[in-house]
Amino acid sequence: MTPNETRATGPATAGRAEPIVVARGLRKIFPGRAGDEPVIAVDDVSFELFPNECLAIVGESGSGKTTVARMLVGLETVTAGELAVRGESRAAGVKRLADRRRWAKEVQYVFQDPYSSLNGRQRIGDIVATSVALHAGDTATRRAVQRRALEILDSVGLDERFAAKHPHQLSGGQRQRVAIARALAADPAVIVLDEAVAALDVSIQAQILNLLADIRAAREVSYLFISHDLAVVNQISDRMIVMEQGRVVDGGRTAELLAEPVHPYTRSLRAAVPRPGWRPVRRERLAS
Amino acid sequence: MTDPLLRLDNVRAALRLRGGEQELLRGVSFTIGAGEALGLVGESGSGKSLTTRAITRMLDPAFRVTGDIAFEGASVPRMNAQALRRYRQRDVGMIFQDPRAHVNPVHRVGDFLTEALVRDRGVDRRDAERRAVELLDEVGVRTPEQRLRQYPHELSGGLLQRVMIASVLLAEPKLILADEPTTALDVTAQSDVMAILDEQRRARGLSLLFITHDLELAAACCDRLAVMYAGEIVEQGAHVYEAPRHPYTIELLGARPSIEHRVERLPVLRYDRAAHELLKAEAS
Amino acid sequence: MTTPSTTSLAVARVARERRGAGLARAAGDRLGVVGCIAASVLLVIALAAAFAPVVAPYDPDYPDLLASLSGPSPAHLLGADALGRDILSRLIWGARITLAGPGLVILIATVVGTLLALLAAWRGGRIDTAISWLLDVLFAVPGIVFGLIAVAIWGPSLITVVCGLAIAYVPYVARVVRGAALRERNMPYVSAAWLQGQSATGITFTQILPNVQPIVVAQAVSSLGFAVIDLAAVSFLGLGVQPPTADLGLMVKSGFDSVLRGQPTEAIAAGTLIVLIVWCVTVIGDRLTSSARSMR
Repeated sequence: MTPNETRATGPATAGRAEPIVVARGLRKIFPGRAGDEPVIAVDDVSFELFPNECLAIVGESGSGKTTVARMLVGLETVTAGELAVRGESRAAGVKRLADRRRWAKEVQYVFQDPYSSLNGRQRIGDIVATSVALHAGDTATRRAVQRRALEILDSVGLDERFAAKHPHQLSGGQRQRVAIARALAADPAVIVLDEAVAALDVSIQAQILNLLADIRAAREVSYLFISHDLAVVNQISDRMIVMEQGRVVDGGRTAELLAEPVHPYTRSLRAAVPRPGWRPVRRERLAS
Repeated sequence: MTDPLLRLDNVRAALRLRGGEQELLRGVSFTIGAGEALGLVGESGSGKSLTTRAITRMLDPAFRVTGDIAFEGASVPRMNAQALRRYRQRDVGMIFQDPRAHVNPVHRVGDFLTEALVRDRGVDRRDAERRAVELLDEVGVRTPEQRLRQYPHELSGGLLQRVMIASVLLAEPKLILADEPTTALDVTAQSDVMAILDEQRRARGLSLLFITHDLELAAACCDRLAVMYAGEIVEQGAHVYEAPRHPYTIELLGARPSIEHRVERLPVLRYDRAAHELLKAEAS
Repeated sequence: MTTPSTTSLAVARVARERRGAGLARAAGDRLGVVGCIAASVLLVIALAAAFAPVVAPYDPDYPDLLASLSGPSPAHLLGADALGRDILSRLIWGARITLAGPGLVILIATVVGTLLALLAAWRGGRIDTAISWLLDVLFAVPGIVFGLIAVAIWGPSLITVVCGLAIAYVPYVARVVRGAALRERNMPYVSAAWLQGQSATGITFTQILPNVQPIVVAQAVSSLGFAVIDLAAVSFLGLGVQPPTADLGLMVKSGFDSVLRGQPTEAIAAGTLIVLIVWCVTVIGDRLTSSARSMR
């Protein structure tokens, strides 16, 4: 990412704070299936995430953006490079339950599909209460946990009637609110949002994006926002990096980067977004 | 004035349930003229996919369908089995959101493309392959001869969607039904596939019914738009994108974040079922 | 990014709403008409068996030698066996063991099999390989052989055979449940629980088990039919339940001798009841299996 090194590293709160997440030369290689070549999913990726900012990782499918996010929370192992949260390396992966629980308090994750990311057999209240109980410590009483769970549900716009419901009784947008509530229950410093609004209708998407903005206004939290949708990224993120085939090719302040994209890949992404007066353009012949 | 290619007249579809029915299409009417492209836009649950299924008579038998659908003046609901088969095979071509679910994974691309021609139209196998190669070339597939010998899983989503377009064009239909054909694709592939679809459709004078949730995309590729809400078309015409009149359309357009500027808070849709019913009651 | 078809969602939602309304209706939706008939028949047999002391007209072991090998009569509705014992009463008492024995086999096999399957699915790696290998070995041996081995070691008795067969049925439950648990393990909601810092035991029992439970139940009921036949066969061979205890398998055997003496009622009645029980259980198992699949 040499051409835009300076643009990429300047945080929203420039120079005032230590980064929470630091990635340096991150690599992920998946072993090839029976006879196939190994796949380099993430190749020499570096970035920093500062307190109270929203960093977007933008790219098309196969760019490795989700793999980066999954490595950060330990859902994938790190092949090479450095990945640290508050100075503590996560590259070696997580073994002990106590570590896992401590890490959960720092980084939380919201999945794309609000249908499969909630346990259909658990009530909404219990889904959030489970998370509260895990991070509240042993001293919290059952009632205190329940009350806290209801408070968090309320803060994402779901009143107490929802606590007794099961996920299948909720709409996609309401389910995604529950997933966000579950993440908030751990009181994390970072929330990874992996295409978290991609599966939602436009009308619901707007509500969730507003909710994410409200959460940031109410408390200190950073977002690592994984998305392929430049309009959504423009609305929510302070900075962005652009990934193509496992590598970071561009980065900088979102508003600047989208207003005047310089890198050819960023330009082509920007040009493909439908907007007033836009016409679809055909690229060169496709070989793959 | 001559008959339009496709005319839907007050089409209703009700799902039969224990103790009553739930009406999911509530009187859909529109026409598509020869060579015209109509964009049918709506959010999930608006009934846009149900409408396409009604057009090809592929709705689940649990639905009770009323109203008329006429293709070149012939009533689709009243077609006998033979006429229906002909209509589905020759007159209408369908492109789906997930091409992988609509190709047989153990058949080579070549067999998939030529099968229908050879079987139903008695075209010579070599002839059919030659036509397939030509079409793949036209939709921008490099080295088409090689592609014919590959299996679907060896192709990327964007490429497979181009193959689907080629397969539809091979059948030389009069109307293409494209149901969210680019929703599963990246933006660059989306731009590509839509450009190809648009260009081929114009070159051949085909009509297109383009089903999507993306108003901006539909506006870029269609002559007219129809916006669906709760099983009804709330607004249709050539003006919809530039000068929307219906409150739902206006709010829907406003709720989408823009790539050009950022707003403090996105406007949230206040339009709901209650507002919808109220507005309807006032109008009538 | 892909959105599931709205129509299929609507149909699924309707199906779900139907499912939610009342126990009887839920049972009706899962079992269908034939399944409900099977369940009712099985319920009647089970109730009669459970209340055998009240329901049965005679003491099943009381020999009325005067009635020996008599055909159906008002006094003995299905006649009496060679020793003059009332066949109907013996059927009712026999159904007790014919249901309870296999029930115990499947209960043990289901608990052990499910625990093994969950352990294999969660831990993966070497533990999964070892457990899968063990299951394959058990699979290779016909269930009845385990019953016979157990008898050879501890001597013929119901308990011995039940223990032997229970081991034989573990892989039938475990294989299916392991497959289902592996699917669930890869679902985002399980990843989410893991990311929350929930313990492996917590995830297994609060996240995965409730979601594979319909499959566990369906598989248990389906296996029950086979266990009924296996246990009856062992009794028929004289290695399971010992006379004079009433048991359907034993009755088919002793009824055999009566057939030669011109009185087929005992063998036919006991045989028919076994077939009926197996049919009911198999139908219910089938319906539960397909409804568990459609819930995915």
